[in-house]
Amino acid sequence: MTALEELRAEPQQAEELARAWKNRPGPLGWISVTTHQELGMRYIVTAFIFLLLGGIEALMMRIQLASAENTFLNPARYNQIFTVHGTTMMFLFAVPVMEGMGVYLVPLMIGTRNVAFPRLNAFGYWIYLAGGLLLYAAAFTNTMPDAGWFAYSPLSGPQFSPGKGVDVWAQMITFTEISALCVAVELIVTILRLRAPGMTLNRLPMFCWAMLVQSFMIIFAMPAVMIASTIFLLNDRTIGTHFVNPAEGGDPLLYQHVFWFFGHPEVYIIFIPALGMASSIIEAFSRRPVIGYPALVLSLVANGFIAFGLWVHHMFATGLPQIGEAYFTAASMMIAVTSGVQIFCWLATLWSGRLQPTAGLHFIFGFLFIFVMGGLTGVMLASIPLDLQAHDTFFVVAHFHYVLIGGTLFPLFGAFHYWFPKFTGRMIDQKLGKITFWLLFIGFNCTFFPMHILGLHGMPRRVYTYVPEMGWGPANLLATIGAFIIAAGGICFIANVLKSRRFGTKADPNPWDAGTLEWSTSSPAQAYGFIHLPVVASRYPLWDQEKSKDIVTGLRNDRREVLVTTVLDAEPDHRLVLPGNSIWPFLTAVGFSIGLYYSVFAFSGYWIATALGMIGIIGWFWPRQPLDIRP
Amino acid sequence: MTWGRMPSCAPVANRRWPGESGTRPKLATCATMLFSLASAFGQQSSLAPGGTHASQIKSLGVFFFWLLGIIFLIVIAIAVASIFQRGQSTQDEAAQRRLKTAIAGASVLTILILFGLVVVSVGVGKEISAPGGRGNELVVEVTGNQWWWFVRYLNDDPTRIVVTANELHIPVGRPVLIRGLSNDVIHSFWVPGLQGKRDLIPSRVTTQWIETNEPGRYRGQCAEFCGLQHAHMALWTVAEPESQFQQWIGTQLRPGAAPSDDLQQRGQEVFLSHACVLCHSIQGTTANGQVGPDLTHFGSRLSIAAGTLPNNKGNLAGWIADPQNIKPGTRMATVPLDPTDMQPLLEYLESLQ
Repeated sequence: MTALEELRAEPQQAEELARAWKNRPGPLGWISVTTHQELGMRYIVTAFIFLLLGGIEALMMRIQLASAENTFLNPARYNQIFTVHGTTMMFLFAVPVMEGMGVYLVPLMIGTRNVAFPRLNAFGYWIYLAGGLLLYAAAFTNTMPDAGWFAYSPLSGPQFSPGKGVDVWAQMITFTEISALCVAVELIVTILRLRAPGMTLNRLPMFCWAMLVQSFMIIFAMPAVMIASTIFLLNDRTIGTHFVNPAEGGDPLLYQHVFWFFGHPEVYIIFIPALGMASSIIEAFSRRPVIGYPALVLSLVANGFIAFGLWVHHMFATGLPQIGEAYFTAASMMIAVTSGVQIFCWLATLWSGRLQPTAGLHFIFGFLFIFVMGGLTGVMLASIPLDLQAHDTFFVVAHFHYVLIGGTLFPLFGAFHYWFPKFTGRMIDQKLGKITFWLLFIGFNCTFFPMHILGLHGMPRRVYTYVPEMGWGPANLLATIGAFIIAAGGICFIANVLKSRRFGTKADPNPWDAGTLEWSTSSPAQAYGFIHLPVVASRYPLWDQEKSKDIVTGLRNDRREVLVTTVLDAEPDHRLVLPGNSIWPFLTAVGFSIGLYYSVFAFSGYWIATALGMIGIIGWFWPRQPLDIRP
Repeated sequence: MTWGRMPSCAPVANRRWPGESGTRPKLATCATMLFSLASAFGQQSSLAPGGTHASQIKSLGVFFFWLLGIIFLIVIAIAVASIFQRGQSTQDEAAQRRLKTAIAGASVLTILILFGLVVVSVGVGKEISAPGGRGNELVVEVTGNQWWWFVRYLNDDPTRIVVTANELHIPVGRPVLIRGLSNDVIHSFWVPGLQGKRDLIPSRVTTQWIETNEPGRYRGQCAEFCGLQHAHMALWTVAEPESQFQQWIGTQLRPGAAPSDDLQQRGQEVFLSHACVLCHSIQGTTANGQVGPDLTHFGSRLSIAAGTLPNNKGNLAGWIADPQNIKPGTRMATVPLDPTDMQPLLEYLESLQ
C-alpha cells in the first residue's frame, strides 16, 4: 500500500479501468449495461417520469373535487384515476426511486466498484420497467384498475370488478415486487461484503444503514403482497379459487390482514431510505458528524422490526377483539418513539452545527416540519377511538401525504440537490432550488392541511364528489389551488435539473466538503467508481484525512474485480470478479414479462413465463472461462 | 381512449333539505369557516357530536390535539432556533454531552407521554365499544348495498319488525345496537355525530352501540370505498323523543297508505303496472320486489337516492325520469313512462306517509 497522491498520478491505471468498465456502444450495448450508476440513474429517471404521471392524475382529482357535484371526471374515471395514482406513487415511484438512489450511491459510499450482483441489478430494472409499462398500457387502452390501491375483496373480486383492470393491477404488483426483491438481495450482499477495508459496520454511512434495513424489510414484506395480490386475488379472479371471495366462502378479512402485513412495512420501506438521506444531508450541511450515531442506527433497525407489528391499525374499523386492538395501539405508538429519537438526534446535530443554507438543507427543514406533523397525526390515528372517526376520511389522506411527501419526497428532493454534482458533474442552481422548495412547501401545506379539517368534518376519502350542503367546498378549493402550486414547484425542479445539467458550474470532487467516500472520487463518478479502492479508518474518511491515506492495491484493473471483505470488521477476504455487460438479464426480463402479461388473461401464462424465463436464465448462467470475464 | 363524460349529477332546482333554513356558504366566509371548527359544516361532523360516544371521542381528540400541538410547536421552535445558532466545535466535549443528555431526556419524555396516551385512549376505546344495553336497548340491523342502506328494526314479535331504507330513527336516551351486514361489498356505517365507524362486511356481522341525548338529525355516509357511487351513499339518522319515536314506529308498521283521490289512484296503477314492482315493494299492494329500497312509507323520508337529494316532488320527478343522470351507475333502472303518468306517480309516492 502506498500513498494516495502517488498513485493518483498514474493515468494509465485509469485508462485500463475505463476500458474494463466501458459499456458497448449502440442500442445493444445500452440494454446490456450492468454498471450500478447507469442502472441507478435509469431507476431514478424512470421513477421520476412515473411521479410526473402520478402528479398529473392527482391534479385531475383535485380539479374534480374543487367544487361540489363537479362533472370534470365521471365517477368511473375518478375511481380509476385515484387507483392508478396510488398504485403509481407507491409501486412505480416511491419504492423504485429509493432503490435507484441506493443502487447508485451505496457502492460509492462504501468504496467499491459495483453492486454484488450486477446482472441481477439489470434484470430488476427491466422487470420494474415492464411492470410500469403494463399498468400504463392498461391505462391507455381504457382497462384501468378501479378498486383502489389496496383492492379490497370482494369489491375487487370477479363479481364486482368485471373486466381486466384489477388483474392488471394484481400482476403489476408482481413485477415491482420481483424488482424490489432483486435490489434488496444485491444491496444486502453489497453492503455486508463489499465494503472498503476498515469500514466496520459501525463506520457505515447512515444512508447505507437505511438501505440495509430497508432491504431486509423488503425481503420480509414483499412476499406477503404476492400472496395477497397474486395468489389470493388474481387466482380468485382468473381460475376461481375461493381464498378471499365471500360469495364462495372465502374471507375478505384474510386479504386485508395479508395485504397490510405488507402494506404497513411498505410505508417504512419507502421512508427509511429517506431518513438515511436526511442524516447524510444534515451532517454534510451542518459540517459535523451526526450526533447519536448509535441511537440513529438502532432506531432505524427498531423501526424495521416494529413496522411489522402494526398492520392492524389499518383495520380498526372492522371490529376486531379489544385486546388485540389495544396491542396494536401500543405498537403503533411505539414507532413514534424510534422516529422521535431520530428527530432529536437531527435537531441536536443542527443545533451544534454550522449550517450551510443550501437548497438541500431547505428541504431538510421542510421535511422536519411536515414529517413531525404527519407523525403526530399518526399518533392520533393509533388511538382507536380517534381512528374510528378519522379512518377512511380526508384526515387520513392528509396524514399519509404528510408522512409520505414530507417524510420521503422532501428528503429525496434534498438528496437530489445534494448529490446532483456527483450525478452530473455540475452544480445545481441553488436559487432555483430554493424557489422549488418554497413552492413545494407552501403548495403542499395549502393542499393537504385543509384535508385534516375536511376529514374531521365528515368527508370520506375516495369520493368522486360531494353534495353542496356539506360545506366542504371552500376547503377543497383551497386544496386544489395548493395542488397547482405544487405543480409549479415540480416544473421549477425539472427546469432547474435540465438547466443545471447543461449550464451549471463544473463541480469539484467534493463541492460540499462532505465526509463520506462518494465525495472522494471525481464528479461525475466514473463507471469504475474509484481509481484505487480506499481503505477507511473512520466514519468520515474525508474529514479525517490524515487517517485515510491508505488504498487497496493488488486488484487487477483489466477486468471487473472488487475486494470482498468480512461482514462485521470489513477485513479483506478475497477478490471477486464481477460479470461484465450482458444482454441476458434484459432477455430474461422480456421472457418473464411476456408470460406474466399473458397470465392476466389465462393461467397458462405462468407456463410461458417459466419456459421463456428459463431460456433466459440458461443464457445468463452459461459457463464461461473464469479468467476471461471481460466487458 | 375515451375520456368523454358520462352524464353526471345535473343541477337540481331544489336542494333545500326539509327543515333546513340556512343558505349555502358564500366564498367570502371561506377563510373564517375553514379555521373555525364551528357548525358551519353540515350535520356530518365528528366535531359537532350529539351522541354520547362521539362526545367522548371528541374530548379525547381535543386532548390529543392540544398535547401534540404543543409538542409540534416546541420541536419546530427548536429547529428554527438551530438556524440562528453559531455552531459548536466538535471538540467541545461538554457541549456534546449536554446535547446527548437532552436527546436521552427527550426520548424518555416521549416514551412517558406515549404511554400515557395509550392508557387514556385504550380507556376511552373500552367505553365507546362497551355494550350499552341496560335491558331497554333497541336492535337495528343495517345492511349495506351498492349504494343504499337497508334498515330493519328487529323485534321478538315478527309482526312488529319495521323495514325502511336510508334513514334511521332512534329514540333519545336509549342505547341502540347496530348489527351491521352487507349484501355485496364492504361498506362502512358511519354517522360522525354519533359514533365512530364500523365496517359492514359480507359473511360477517359487526356490532356497534350508539346513543344520544340530543334530538336532532345526524347525517352519515359510507366510509369504505364500495364502488362507483360510494360518494352518494348517505343516510339520515333522526334522534327523537321516545313518544315521537313510538309514533314513528307505529306509522311504519302500517301498510302503505291507500290512494285518497283519483290522481293517486292512477299513480298506484302506474306504479303497479310498470317495472317499479320488480325491485320495490309497497306493503298492502302487490308490489313485492326485494332488490331496491322498500317504498311503503317513502313520502315520510328525508331523502331520495340514499341522501343524494332532498325528498320533494321536483327532485323525485328528476330521479325517476333519469336516475343515471343524478347518480351515474346506480342500480335503479330508467323506466320509460308516459309523460302523463309522471304526475300521478309522484302524487302517489309522496302520499305514502
